[in-house]
Amino acid sequence: MIETRIDRRFAKLKAEGRAAFVSYFMANDPDYDTSLKILKGLPGAGADVIEVGMPFTDPMADGAAIQAAGLRSLASGGSLRNTLKLISEFREGDNETPIVLMGYYNPVYAYGVEDFLKDAVKAGVDGLIIVDLPSEEDSELCIPAREAGINFIRLATPTTDEKRLPAVVNNSSGFLYYVSIAGTTGAAAPEPADVAKALERIRKATDLPIAVGFGIRRGDQAAEIAKIADAAVVGTALVERVANAASPDEAVSSVLELAKELSAGVQSVTKN
Amino acid sequence: MSQQLNTYRAGPDETGHFGIFGGQFVAETLMPLILELNDAYEEAKKDPAFAEQLSGLLKHYVGRESPLYFAERLTEHYGGAKIYLKREDLNHTGAHKINNCMGQILLAMRMGKKRIIAETGAGQHGVATATVAARFGLPCTIYMGETDIERQKPNVFRMKLMGAEVIPVKSGSRTLKDAMNEALRDWVTNVENTFYIIGTVAGPHPYPQLVRDFQNVIGEEVRRQIMEQEGRLPDALLACIGGGSNAMGLFHPFLDDEDIDIYGVEAAGEGLDKKHAASLKGGRPGVLHGNRTYLLQDEDGQIAEAHSISAGLDYPGIGPEHSWLNDIGRVNYVSATDQEALDAFQLCCELEGIIPALESSHALAYLEKLARDLPKDKIIVVNLSGRGDKDIFTVADALGVEL
Ligand SMILES: Cc1ncc(COP(=O)(O)O)c(C=O)c1O
Repeated sequence: MIETRIDRRFAKLKAEGRAAFVSYFMANDPDYDTSLKILKGLPGAGADVIEVGMPFTDPMADGAAIQAAGLRSLASGGSLRNTLKLISEFREGDNETPIVLMGYYNPVYAYGVEDFLKDAVKAGVDGLIIVDLPSEEDSELCIPAREAGINFIRLATPTTDEKRLPAVVNNSSGFLYYVSIAGTTGAAAPEPADVAKALERIRKATDLPIAVGFGIRRGDQAAEIAKIADAAVVGTALVERVANAASPDEAVSSVLELAKELSAGVQSVTKN
Repeated sequence: MSQQLNTYRAGPDETGHFGIFGGQFVAETLMPLILELNDAYEEAKKDPAFAEQLSGLLKHYVGRESPLYFAERLTEHYGGAKIYLKREDLNHTGAHKINNCMGQILLAMRMGKKRIIAETGAGQHGVATATVAARFGLPCTIYMGETDIERQKPNVFRMKLMGAEVIPVKSGSRTLKDAMNEALRDWVTNVENTFYIIGTVAGPHPYPQLVRDFQNVIGEEVRRQIMEQEGRLPDALLACIGGGSNAMGLFHPFLDDEDIDIYGVEAAGEGLDKKHAASLKGGRPGVLHGNRTYLLQDEDGQIAEAHSISAGLDYPGIGPEHSWLNDIGRVNYVSATDQEALDAFQLCCELEGIIPALESSHALAYLEKLARDLPKDKIIVVNLSGRGDKDIFTVADALGVEL
């Protein structure tokens, strides 16, 4: 498929000899304007790739923090339509930072796959992570997305054994997201040594860059992951900053402050 | 699945679909396990020892077969077709749910799983799961919405008596859908050692199929029993629909008898134009909890909250095979309101000396529309899916009685 902003970003970072910092936050959380400010501030705070959560009422694979973020988003009018609007507005000022939408299939299915892909391309979306679309359901969205020039990024987990790995890698592009523990988002961090062992196994099956997430909360943890993976993903810790903020302005500054700490951790590690 | 097939009973296809419905829409963490479950189930089906063990337990522990009872006074009351009740309320634990739980726990043990989880709405599936877990000595955790814990207190205590841990679910509408989300989260976290006993014909493939297969014993018995008692098959079948497992168990063995009219009764709550739980009549296809099926949802694909007086029907989805049977027109899906179910509940108590579950009362309520107009020589079989002891607080409340 054609090269996306994601492909270009990972190629550039590889040449620079460092890993990527991937940040996640929920669209429209706590409201549209605040989340737009967060989004616009993230590249400056060191986010190399930005995952934007699409709110859903029933996020089966998420822990309490991201569930709550989705509900805050929906309560203030969040929807797939205004998530795409958010990306369009962001793109007016940034045509380089890759944007990945992450969420569940039903809102996309309700929007209509064809219309969604058309509007997502127009808005400047580069990749999709749809938690409840395993490779068994590739014909739903994965293959149409590829054809539209959008990366379909798949999750691999500790339960993804040798037998399963080829199915996970097949048709996926952009990067592979290794969820480092079996569990929901917000769970405790795994041992870096265990992650390293798993990555060794996965690298035999794919040349895609591998991002590692789940449980990373601080800069030093992000640095540990940056040593062994191509990217470190942080979500829950950033989303909790929104939840704990006393005002929308504080939400923006608090998220960006943590993003800076995390990206500094990732950038402190140089590889050959 | 090809519709030229001259049977309605061939589904799902090898990818787990009934037409466009069904499938495997789950997180990657669960996929290897779901594939393993599928293999284990296919193997178990071929193993005569499995069938023998299951039927022995159904006979001696559950108390099958359940009677097919001619409801003489209900028949007289409506003055039309003869009404038979399939007495799933007389099973051990008081509902059809245990048919499925017994099958699944045997599978869990074949797969070497050491821990059982389940979701529950009315608590009947939770009780049945806690029961089989106690019987086989496996630790068991049940997820139940806070709203349902409040309205089904006796069942919560029954589960605890049998050693199950009951975890109150505080998210969303605090009912069955949220309990299922939470059970899925537990499963994703403990996938290595845990078996998830899903309580209805929904979820990712192979659950809709295997739950149906374990519930088919209902319809198979009815075929035999009605031949013994009437010398012929019935003219109509009636069952309530939450996720649709008691209905599928009754319907499936009769799907190819095209002369038989089949009715599935959804919960219309306060009315189809108000708050209800009728996914087929008030929803549209979407993807939730592992399968594509009809769902109550808004424009944006956000899942809507269901409402029914009966906790077991209070779910915004329905099993995928029902969605398919609806779209091809083989089964008629109708509905009954909270009030209609309450009236039918009281009528059954007074005329037959049977306290039906509020869920089953929705099926009974449709007799009002069906039984009167069918001639006396016609036969209707209603699935009395469970007993109503658990519901007496809710009913007392609705009738303004203080206990
Ligand atoms: C007695 C009884 N009937 C029916 C149901 C609804 O489930 P299903 O539609 O799967 O039979 C329940 C669910 O709790 C129940 O307890």
